[in-house]
Amino acid sequence: MTPHPTGDLGIWVAALLTLFILSFIYKDNPLYKFAEHLFVGVSAGYYIILNFWTVIVPNLWEPLKLAFTGHGVNAGREGLFAAELGDYRAWLIFPAVLGLLLFSRFFGKLSWLSRWSLAIIIGVYAGIKTTGFAQGDFVAQVQASLVPLWTGHPLNDLNALIFVVGLITSLLFFFYSREHKGALGVSSKVGVYFLMVGFGAGYGYTVMSRISLLIGRFQFLLDSWLGMR
Amino acid sequence: MKRELPLFLTAVIGLFMILSFFVPHQWVSVPADFLQVSAIIVVAFGYVLGGANVLRVNIDAIYKRIPGWPFKLVLIVGLVATLTIGAIEGPGFLNPGTRSKWIYNQLYSPMQATMFALLAFFIASAAFRAFRIRTVEAGLLAVAALLVMLGRVPVGNVVTQWLTGSLHGVIPEGLWNAIQIGSIQDWIMNVPQNAAKRAILIGAAFGVMATGLRVILGIERSYLSGED
Amino acid sequence: MPNAAKGVRERLAGLALRMGTLDRRWIFLVMGLLVLYPLLFPLALPLQITPPVRGFADAMDQLKPGSTVLMSCDYDPGAIPELVPMTRTAFRQLLSQDCKVVVTVLWNGGPGLVDSVLREVAREFPDKHYGVDYVNLGYKAGNEAVMVLMGQGVANAFPRDYRGNNTRGLPMMREVGDYSTFALLVSVSAGYPGTKEWVQQVQARFHLPMVAGVTAVSAPEYYPYLQSGQLRGLLGGMAGAAEYEKARGESGTATRGMDAQSLGHIFVALCILGGNFVQWGRRRRGA
Repeated sequence: MTPHPTGDLGIWVAALLTLFILSFIYKDNPLYKFAEHLFVGVSAGYYIILNFWTVIVPNLWEPLKLAFTGHGVNAGREGLFAAELGDYRAWLIFPAVLGLLLFSRFFGKLSWLSRWSLAIIIGVYAGIKTTGFAQGDFVAQVQASLVPLWTGHPLNDLNALIFVVGLITSLLFFFYSREHKGALGVSSKVGVYFLMVGFGAGYGYTVMSRISLLIGRFQFLLDSWLGMR
Repeated sequence: MKRELPLFLTAVIGLFMILSFFVPHQWVSVPADFLQVSAIIVVAFGYVLGGANVLRVNIDAIYKRIPGWPFKLVLIVGLVATLTIGAIEGPGFLNPGTRSKWIYNQLYSPMQATMFALLAFFIASAAFRAFRIRTVEAGLLAVAALLVMLGRVPVGNVVTQWLTGSLHGVIPEGLWNAIQIGSIQDWIMNVPQNAAKRAILIGAAFGVMATGLRVILGIERSYLSGED
Repeated sequence: MPNAAKGVRERLAGLALRMGTLDRRWIFLVMGLLVLYPLLFPLALPLQITPPVRGFADAMDQLKPGSTVLMSCDYDPGAIPELVPMTRTAFRQLLSQDCKVVVTVLWNGGPGLVDSVLREVAREFPDKHYGVDYVNLGYKAGNEAVMVLMGQGVANAFPRDYRGNNTRGLPMMREVGDYSTFALLVSVSAGYPGTKEWVQQVQARFHLPMVAGVTAVSAPEYYPYLQSGQLRGLLGGMAGAAEYEKARGESGTATRGMDAQSLGHIFVALCILGGNFVQWGRRRRGA
């Protein structure tokens, strides 16, 4: 299997930066530091420009411009503040101001102004997450846990029983309002065993994930850079 | 009032968002929709703020000539170059053929992927140096980890099929399939692991709902950091 | 005999203590070589398709021609080896089944990568046209807020697509309103925001059928969603991607990586056992 390195300069740059970062496993060195700092700088610049062109311009600037030139998404409606679903016109000044107020954090005495911006973010996400977790994680999961323990198929019934015992004892482990003694102590101990099995399975999958990341990098070096496939 | 008014705003908005889940009427759905649009815009400004902060901190570091400051220069050059090129190229800055796409494909993407790839080495090293089975619980964790790790890859089934080959045809087919490591791994994932994860899911749901209500009601205020 | 056994144990304890002084860079080297070898010299170990992957493939197979599917690719280059093969195979399946696909990206590191994957697959279907058969709406900041916002109208959240076009002007998007337009939600995700948030905010609220492809590190936490029926199928990590490729009769990068995955797992398992052997040796010698 002979290598046929690519002639693409970009892939050579990518491959060298990959090797610079991999050199860290031998020891920390200037090549790794160079790549690390370049990555942080490029990432930060990329995040700024990405959010500018994908959110600030299409979701804020363009609708505001349309509103102030007398139009909106719905061309049939007139009015600077004639909002309807999906067409908020000049009302978008408020999130624009709140977004700019975030930058008050750079100015010590004025940094309290950024709390208004944080208030809207925290308020929206607290509300969304509360209902999301309640519906998707709490109600649906409890509903799905009510499995029949007797269906006439011994293996399925045994699995259902183990599942229900595991679920209840694991939940009891997280009940900290009483000391884990007596029946609660025994139940929470059983719950710990189930949790350990869960964490062990999670560890196994984590190993798989990490190794596959390395496989991906080697595939890039062998296929795209050295042309060995 | 510098803290109380934002807290009040958080409460009103949070309660309104919860209300919008139950009430589909446009008097609720349109303002809720607007609040979501506003949140998205403010979050985008937050990313810009984050990037600007990186610039500020590192310019300060270069000015003060802290150890390693030449690398900070590399960081600043990378940031400014990416930003400038992206600004010049406009909304289609990530379309094929642009310089920004080149930066993304040949700088950002490989470096980020490789940073994560380092973890493969460290997970092996940590498994050797830190994974100690000293208690029954740790033993259970280790056994489950080993069974899942080996059962999830082809070699696990190959080995167990080879080891149990002599039993094939002697014991019922269903039982023979059940003792393959892939089936054992499946059972672990579907029964005990599932039970534990669901308990964590339900417990976490309680926690998030409680924290959400604490934030909305103003009991939790740590997100309003800083002096008055 | 007892002395002989004691002697063997003492020698083993000595070996364990010497192993305990091993420079971790030897472990790194062995790991690197074990992952590299099968990539150069494949072992071709057979893959078996597991039930969660079968569920994913079946849910996709059941889509009728002409149905519109929402595919949210919420990942960045850190998840390429696991999630790009899933995206490729799923997108290829959707186009081959004449489904219309709307793609979104909620991770800021992802849009360029996802677009490259979509373009690569779309080249295999010269009769499929952008804006008519598939659309890449690109990235939007806001995590769950974007998901809920799309519930009132997808174009409200994405007034412009990835390529800068006015979303409402694209032929396909004229038929796309809110989530009721979609027959299936395919979530390919590496973490937050991702599958969990799609389940909570969209599947639970709008009852949109859903399948997911996730990184292995997050896969175990989605098994409760699979069991409850909130997810109809689940691809977990590179193994899930490889099994899905096999179910589709393909052999992509995920399949080619599974031999290396096998050797890597065996090595980590040996590291766990080896580390505990070192511990035994230290306890024996009272270290």
